[in-house]
Amino acid sequence: MAQFWQQIVGGLAAGGIYSTLALALVLIHRATGIVNFAQGEMGMFSTFIAWSLIENHGMEYWLGFALVLLISFAGGAGIYGAVIRPLQRGGELAIVIATIALLILLNGLAGWIWTPEVKAFESPFPHSLITIGDVVISWQDVGTIIVSFACVLVVFLFFRLTRTGRPMRASALRPRTSRLMGIRVTLMLAVGWGLAAALSAVAGMMAAPVLALEPNFMLPVLVYAFAAAVLGGIDGPVGAVIGSYILGVGISLLSTYVNYITVAPELQLPVALAILLVILLFRPSGLFGRTVVRRV
Amino acid sequence: MRLRPAALVQLVAIAAVAAFVATYPLYKSDYEATKLTLVGIYLIAILGLNLLTGYSGQITLGHGAFMGIGAYTTAILVTKTSISDYATIPLAGIAAGLIGFLFGFPALRLHGVYLALATFGGAVAFVSIVQSTHYQGLTGGATGLFFGPLKNPYYLTWGICAFLYLVAWLLVHSKAGRAFKAVRDAPIAAVSSGVNIALVKTLAFGIASAYAGVAGALLAIRLGSVSPLSFTVTLSILLLTGAALGGLGSLTGMIFGALFIQFVPGFAEDHVSKTAPQVGYGLILLAVLFLMPGGAAQLLHRLGTLLYRTTRPLYTRAARRAEAVATSTRSRT
Repeated sequence: MAQFWQQIVGGLAAGGIYSTLALALVLIHRATGIVNFAQGEMGMFSTFIAWSLIENHGMEYWLGFALVLLISFAGGAGIYGAVIRPLQRGGELAIVIATIALLILLNGLAGWIWTPEVKAFESPFPHSLITIGDVVISWQDVGTIIVSFACVLVVFLFFRLTRTGRPMRASALRPRTSRLMGIRVTLMLAVGWGLAAALSAVAGMMAAPVLALEPNFMLPVLVYAFAAAVLGGIDGPVGAVIGSYILGVGISLLSTYVNYITVAPELQLPVALAILLVILLFRPSGLFGRTVVRRV
Repeated sequence: MRLRPAALVQLVAIAAVAAFVATYPLYKSDYEATKLTLVGIYLIAILGLNLLTGYSGQITLGHGAFMGIGAYTTAILVTKTSISDYATIPLAGIAAGLIGFLFGFPALRLHGVYLALATFGGAVAFVSIVQSTHYQGLTGGATGLFFGPLKNPYYLTWGICAFLYLVAWLLVHSKAGRAFKAVRDAPIAAVSSGVNIALVKTLAFGIASAYAGVAGALLAIRLGSVSPLSFTVTLSILLLTGAALGGLGSLTGMIFGALFIQFVPGFAEDHVSKTAPQVGYGLILLAVLFLMPGGAAQLLHRLGTLLYRTTRPLYTRAARRAEAVATSTRSRT
């Protein structure tokens, strides 16, 4: 039974990482109507900046963390203004291809600036373990759960309660009406891209100590975050976050108790995707999504 | 039939390419010809990609994985059965097409973004599956399969390429091709006029995958081996970059796309930096989106129109003179 609870905690930590990235994907999907393939690489790039600030320039971890969030926010808003916004007239296909271009560009740049070699990224949490009964859990997992959940919560409260959050939701849902109401839609969407970039930076910085930092390290995380967002319903932030935790715990349990995966851990991802595909057959809008009726 | 100037330029371009390709091995070394074989293989792959992305508007990041399915089909058939390597090419196409059709079926019942997501996941999963120790007996695991010496199926590749180009052309100009474009440009209107969107999308996906499968089979035969790391998401992205650069929605443009895929990365790697090609693709792709959304095909089209405009006065003058002669002879008789 101890193993079961340990796997649950490990799964929740993974789910927390997916949830920040999945929430970022949902934000962009809401704001711009597309899937941002560069989301993972944006997080990767931010993590490299964090690595260079903290490990190379000796900055205190949480100060570096906060600084990187600010830099990422500016970067995300900048990408929206410089690349996405001008292409919006060209249609969805052009924007999606542009995000793929950004994916390659950021990946290549990171390899160019920081070399493709694997780097150690120190965990900000203590190395000691917590023992409850015979269940042993690491601070790394607990810390990841707390930080990712806190970030997700802050974003939620920001959208629900603040004077900037509400016009942002309006801009995403009804851009034309919002503009007529005097909302600066472009600015709002830029803030949305900035927030998404900051969230993916959190995902990257939480994942880096576990996965080892190199230019491709966010690729599998991105695939899982996509899967989580689709599982929960890509149109709703709450669904995406819940979907992330279900996916994290589900994979963790599958890989412990299903022999097929235990012997070959590389099959985790294909199995998870196959299950997802089957779920989508029965619930095309995800577990918590609503089917949208489109007007002709 | 009166040819539009752009179509004329296209025909001339195709004829020039065909003549060039047919005579190339006669005066170049085998090594050089091998490179052109690869161009043909990439051309087959992105012709399929273009049918899907350019004509029916669906993004895929799994095209490289379908090349992988074709390549592995060939490799497995050659090592496990007595089928000769060339005979596996159509089988590889059918296998990839079938898997594409089945994979697309659930993914395409969903709207918009899901196909890109599903293919992206599928592409990452493909590498894990063929690498897995579970299926090592079949796929050779991380090392892959070796089944023959290096070959250069030059004329075979270009023959198949020409055939598939023709098939793509016929398809685009048929009822199915119009349905593809309707699904891309106005999905709701397409439904209203009786187009079965899910079927059309799945069909486009299946056909594109079959093209990728054939290309993969040829690649496997060319190398005499397959390895999982040749078919990662990077290959899919490279193919998409090539297709976008050549011009999505244009068949002629794909020739430029294939040349780009074969020659530009190697050049950048040799002359600039190891990671330079990646940065370069990203920048080139963005530049294409901003400056010339139609890619090389759009450039060609513009050149053709320009050529026609500047030379038209000559034609019209000649035509008028001919007509004047004709009327004068008629009035005399």
